[in-house]
Amino acid sequence: MSASTAHRPPTGATEADAPEARSRRGAALAQRLVVVRELGILAALVLLIGITLIANPRFLSGQNVRDLMLSAAVLVVLAAGQTMVIITRNVDLSVGSVLGLSAYAVGTLLVDHPGTPVVVAVLAGMVVGAVCGLVNGAIVAVAKVPSLVVTLGTLYAIRGLTSLWASSSDRLQINASDLPSSFKSFGGARVLGIPVLFLIAVAVVLVVGYHLRSYRSGRELYGIGSAPEAARLSGIPVGRRVLTAFVLNGALAGLAGVLYAARFQTLDTTAGTGLELNVVAAAVVGGVAIAGGTGSAWGAALGALLLTTIGTALPQLGINPFWRDAAVGALILAAIALDRTLTLRLAARLRGRNLRGS
Amino acid sequence: MAVDTSSAPVAGNATPPPARAPRGFTLPSGSVISTFLVLFLVIASFSVDGFASTRNLGFLLLDVVVIALIALPLTLIVVTGEIDLSVASMVGLSSAVMGKLWFAGLSLQLIIVLCLVLGAVLGAFNGLLVTWLGLPSLAVTIGTLALYRGLAFVVLGDQAVADFPRSWTTWAISSLGNSGIPNAVLPLLVLVAVTAVLLHATPIGRALYAMGNSEDAARFSGIDVARMKFWLFVASGVVSALGGVFWTLRYGSARADNATGLELQVIAAILLGGVSIFGGSGGLLGVMAGALLLASVRNALQLVNVPSDVLNIVTGALLIVAVVAPQVVARLKTHRPPARRSAGAQKGNP
Repeated sequence: MSASTAHRPPTGATEADAPEARSRRGAALAQRLVVVRELGILAALVLLIGITLIANPRFLSGQNVRDLMLSAAVLVVLAAGQTMVIITRNVDLSVGSVLGLSAYAVGTLLVDHPGTPVVVAVLAGMVVGAVCGLVNGAIVAVAKVPSLVVTLGTLYAIRGLTSLWASSSDRLQINASDLPSSFKSFGGARVLGIPVLFLIAVAVVLVVGYHLRSYRSGRELYGIGSAPEAARLSGIPVGRRVLTAFVLNGALAGLAGVLYAARFQTLDTTAGTGLELNVVAAAVVGGVAIAGGTGSAWGAALGALLLTTIGTALPQLGINPFWRDAAVGALILAAIALDRTLTLRLAARLRGRNLRGS
Repeated sequence: MAVDTSSAPVAGNATPPPARAPRGFTLPSGSVISTFLVLFLVIASFSVDGFASTRNLGFLLLDVVVIALIALPLTLIVVTGEIDLSVASMVGLSSAVMGKLWFAGLSLQLIIVLCLVLGAVLGAFNGLLVTWLGLPSLAVTIGTLALYRGLAFVVLGDQAVADFPRSWTTWAISSLGNSGIPNAVLPLLVLVAVTAVLLHATPIGRALYAMGNSEDAARFSGIDVARMKFWLFVASGVVSALGGVFWTLRYGSARADNATGLELQVIAAILLGGVSIFGGSGGLLGVMAGALLLASVRNALQLVNVPSDVLNIVTGALLIVAVVAPQVVARLKTHRPPARRSAGAQKGNP
């Protein structure tokens, strides 16, 4: 078996050439598939918008698009954060509750201290979220307990904490009239006609996506998700990376809480309930494999955009809005089935290449 | 020698792994949580006014019925290393279909049969996607969670159908004689017994544990992994549909949003009961104790006027403690390897 002996010594200078070129070509092929996958969602999004435009030419009117962007902003930020966690073969189900806590905390801060600058409010929300993420990440990384279970627990606990805070401070709801005008204008602010909240979300996606793509600490997340044991053996600080992913995801969930507060301006303790499934759905539709190791923040953001657009497009198409959830479910299933087919085909292609090469 | 009779060939192994065999593991995990349950029940009945009244215990059991019922097939699924998050949506869809068909004038007996068939179809769809297409069950059932709940809304919209025959709805909430035990507990106990025997005393049950520990090894030893998983998902669908029928009768109202979020409570009960989310360990006794413990803690706290939202903290904390505690105990028990680990580290970076 010449092929296997050639593979054995990866450092062997004489024979390293061929397999390395091969693996580089394989990586290029995989990269191309990821791009194709993301273009696929983009195409689906464009198709959906196109069909809706035919049914209702006013669908892309300024106000409609702005509403769409505002609705998508929260989900896009959450999806970008969740991508980091899912890539490491973990999941954070507590993001809906973290959003709720952060939104309530920021609301309380602004009501008690109306002079608080918006930047401070945003940072406060992110700190609250980061602390929640630290708790999640510490339990997952240190106690080595599956993240699905831990974050299911903190999903309940953090929501309960918000309720406890609200009932003990006797402020069950925060209304728009209680909030300072500077924060309210932040929620409605636009730059070049585009809502600031959406621009923040886009910035988050770009930063997270670039970090995952181009930085060593970002690439290592993929390594951890593909093969945790191999990652550990090759010297990646697995525990620290996973912990960091959870903290960053928590901070982004906190940011999403601030965006939520700025968008709706009326808050109670149920803000963000059940959002975790939408977030995971957006990531999965966007090509982030639930088993870890693949996907990108821009893909997840496109997934979030697609899910939001479906919700607003259905009524425009004359379809009963009750079909929304069913459509989302079908989309998730289609996405994972497509991913599976692509992966199988990629594996077959790479195998074929290896056989020819040896 | 007492040591030799317990574990046969300890060939050249200085450190015998303590109680690593699956059967040795299931029993204690169930008994720990059961002990907690008994302790809690005793303490609560003495310290919480009205907790031990037959009326209150009846309500408590009524709340547990659907959770315990759905937990039966779901436990088997989790033991094999898979998961079904769509159970609560199947409850909702079965409830919505029940309401729609009753509104259309069908007889209730026929409707119940149709609902169970529907559950089988929904479960089979999950099972096909997982086994035939080889998709991860977590992702598949997040998809069908949305899909089935969406279909429930398509069927019934935001309406409610509430005019079910009085004789059926009173059966669902009334108790056996004066015992305070709800009628539904008896058929539930039968199902619990059947499932417990299946999981703990048959080759099928052992195959499920084998699949959870190592799917490849199970396949090589002749277990038809795909077929077994498929039928587990079908069972999960049928039982969830049954849960939907009972839920509808118990609240006397068919709604598309019935039992929203129930999947998290069921999974919390299963994990609290000591079943590993990775599969391969845990037992039904623990799961039933876990379901009862969650419900009793919530019930007792409600009786002492803790706001219901705050109870979530307790649920969440219980769940985390239940999974972290065994890890800590195991870490303390095997606090020997530092020497070996440092040796490995030296080898790792030369």
